[in-house]
Amino acid sequence: MSNKKKKKLTPTQQQYQQYAKQREPKRPVFLNCARAFLVGGLICTLGQGLQWMFISYFGFDEVTAGNPTAAVLIIISVLLTGLGVYDHIAQWAGAGTAIPVTGFANTMASAAIEHRSEGYVLGVGGNMFKISGPVITYGVFFAFVVSLIKIIIKELGGM
Amino acid sequence: MIMEKFLWAFVVGGAICVIGQILMDVFRLTPAHTTSSLVVAGTILGGLGLYEPLIKFAGAGATVPISSFGNSLVKGAMAEYEMNGIVGVLTGIFEVTSAGISAAIVFAFMASLFFKPKG
Repeated sequence: MSNKKKKKLTPTQQQYQQYAKQREPKRPVFLNCARAFLVGGLICTLGQGLQWMFISYFGFDEVTAGNPTAAVLIIISVLLTGLGVYDHIAQWAGAGTAIPVTGFANTMASAAIEHRSEGYVLGVGGNMFKISGPVITYGVFFAFVVSLIKIIIKELGGM
Repeated sequence: MIMEKFLWAFVVGGAICVIGQILMDVFRLTPAHTTSSLVVAGTILGGLGLYEPLIKFAGAGATVPISSFGNSLVKGAMAEYEMNGIVGVLTGIFEVTSAGISAAIVFAFMASLFFKPKG
């Protein structure tokens, strides 16, 4: 909780906040990191394997192989999400499944499946980007700003 | 040589996930904040020209984590700018990432047709 919010609370509430903080179970940070490293590393190794396959057997090169690799990883992730397996892995692996592109597909598929009872247009269509939206919004906004800065530096004769 | 590529993909990809886990556990960010932070970090590293060398070095270890999404956005925007001038920043921004986003939308929608919510 931010300090600003804390000041508005009554003393009793502040006491309670502290008490609650003490009782909060300690997160096993090291163990979580080890799991994230293992699972995240394995997903990237799988990606590397797919990329190698696309380069050696389907005539893609290092750069173009990225697209089919991402697509296949996304299909696998969506399937596992639909079957309810991905969430089990995610619970164990934490960031290991959230950070790779499969996590992005997982948030979209799970939001789409979860909201289908609200109808296909407003439910599925409207909620699909509910969790993955921030990634696209901030990615695009910062990519725009970074590109503009880079262009300005270039036009001014630097780099 | 190939085994080496796999090893570095594992190590670098795992390391990026550990950064994400630390953001979640130590700095108490939600998964959405964590992935957004990594994407923003990707755009900045891409703008500085530091992400491409990492991809050369680690292959899928750098392209599979979500931070490469940020790098690809900048890369697409800059490539279109070189060809079409300033408006290219807007037209090119999704150029490289289009496959990933389109695939995710199409398959997520198909999944919502075939699967029922679990649990």
